[in-house]
Amino acid sequence: MAAYKGHRMNPDKFERGQIKIYLFVVPLVLITGLPIVFIVFHAFKPMEELFAFPPKFITTHPTLDNFRKLFKASRSAGIPLSKYVFNSVLITVVTVFASLFFSTAAAYALSKLKFKGRSAMLSINQFALMFVPVAVMIPRYLVVNKLGLIDSYWAEILPLIPLPVALFLVKQFVDQVPDSLIEAAYMDGAKEFQIYRKIILPMIKPAIATAAILVFQQVWTNLEAANYYINDDGLKSLAFYMSTLTSTTTTNTVAGQGISAAASLIMFLPNLILFCILQKNVMNTMAHSGIK
Amino acid sequence: MFKKSKVGSKSHFNKNGYFFVFPYAALFIVFILAPVIMAVILSFTNFNAIQFPEAVGLLNYINLITSDDVFMQYVLPNTVKYALIVGVGGYVLSFLLAWALANMTKVPRTIFALILYSPSMTTGVAMTVLWKIMFTGDQTGYINSWLMDIGAINEPIIWLVSTDYLLPIVIIIGLWSSMGVGFLAILAGLLNVDESLYEAAAIDGVKNRFQEMIYVTIPSMKPQMLFAAVMQIVGAFQNGQISTLLAGNPTPQYAAQLIVNHIEDYGFIRYEMGYAAATSVALLLIVQVFSVISKKLFGEE
Repeated sequence: MAAYKGHRMNPDKFERGQIKIYLFVVPLVLITGLPIVFIVFHAFKPMEELFAFPPKFITTHPTLDNFRKLFKASRSAGIPLSKYVFNSVLITVVTVFASLFFSTAAAYALSKLKFKGRSAMLSINQFALMFVPVAVMIPRYLVVNKLGLIDSYWAEILPLIPLPVALFLVKQFVDQVPDSLIEAAYMDGAKEFQIYRKIILPMIKPAIATAAILVFQQVWTNLEAANYYINDDGLKSLAFYMSTLTSTTTTNTVAGQGISAAASLIMFLPNLILFCILQKNVMNTMAHSGIK
Repeated sequence: MFKKSKVGSKSHFNKNGYFFVFPYAALFIVFILAPVIMAVILSFTNFNAIQFPEAVGLLNYINLITSDDVFMQYVLPNTVKYALIVGVGGYVLSFLLAWALANMTKVPRTIFALILYSPSMTTGVAMTVLWKIMFTGDQTGYINSWLMDIGAINEPIIWLVSTDYLLPIVIIIGLWSSMGVGFLAILAGLLNVDESLYEAAAIDGVKNRFQEMIYVTIPSMKPQMLFAAVMQIVGAFQNGQISTLLAGNPTPQYAAQLIVNHIEDYGFIRYEMGYAAATSVALLLIVQVFSVISKKLFGEE
């Protein structure tokens, strides 16, 4: 009897048995990828192709017109695009660094230091993975308002620093750092902060990269803060400005579509590039992502 | 000369832990935990955002269940449909895709995983413009134009105002952007299943890949399956915002009104914060139901 041998995941080379799998995956990959390819094409379409009837998917004469108009539109609106870019970069950089610093520190303590309330904190954080952020928009607005953060950069930074899923993933990764290393450091007279900086941080780089991507995605595309916490247009983010371009009024005009597509592309690209650079780290971190 | 480990020992109390945890914990409590607790408290009050909230007991919940026709007739059925297809269906799909990718060689796997994951990078919402262009309601819209080309329809369909098509469109967009963190976790889990388990299972009589998936693969990566399930359902509800971004709030005849949009409607449009809070609590409970089921399926005793 030709017994089933059990097959291996992650094969080294292509075999005929994989054809069925490709037949299943490739169509779905195409369907998923097409809309994104479409946005890219659309962003580079000249006016006559945007107006073409029947509508064309592929751009035959790519142009930067839409991007130029995007810059002009912001100039005529009173606040230069550079101001929005500055705001977004500032908010994103501060939030990502603060979030990484705080969550790695907390992850180290929750994984390797013993103190009262530790396991309670762990379970609360794990429970918080299930809080759908949009569900508590209103009370969060009340908190931000009560703290007097309305119309300040802080309103766009502080609420986005704690990200339960980032802490969770980093903590799972810190768990993998062998205790013996830490004991040895204690023997050499190291203090907790040195251990955190010299042992933990270098060993959890993949988890830090993953957390960075997750926080970046949250902050870079965040609209809630700019929509609800900020009234002063000069403090709003690029994501907000881009969203005004894609609002109902502008996308109704065909010319506006090209500008909106260019705006979407600009918002999407940093995410994609960051993920491409760091994807190995992400997979490495996800291997330890399980909830027990 | 065995010195007791400072690290693993339960008896050693290290108060420095508080310093390390404090910054995260403080912000977590203020911006994540407090809003959830406030939502629970406000749900028992009548609050218009100006006057001090007035306690009304269970009235908001009673109204939600007994006299909110929109909620019972449209929002709840829409939400259940959406959650089952995008949450549960999307989860099954992300498992199947991850499993298929794990059976490929490294280069195509990485490229395909990147493409499948990329929609979720935009959190769906940032791509609203894309869908507006695709589903433009006259013959200049891409979908209309294609469908008319192949002869499937004769008249352009006004997609984003149509009560028949709006919810399916929102569901498709939800599925499109549902290969997120959970999908990556499953893929990583699949690639890390101990290979000797497969050999052992083959000896024990597992006959094909499907049996292998049910009896070997899934049981040995339950923690990732659970994590992915939680991420999937939360992501699905979070993306529900797309329906009002496409069609306004309320959506035409509440056709694609989801619970997230209902909260927005009462909270930010009608300023009935107490009622909106009760709806938020209902949403958190729905997510909880899904997570309890996931724990039953994948939790380790």
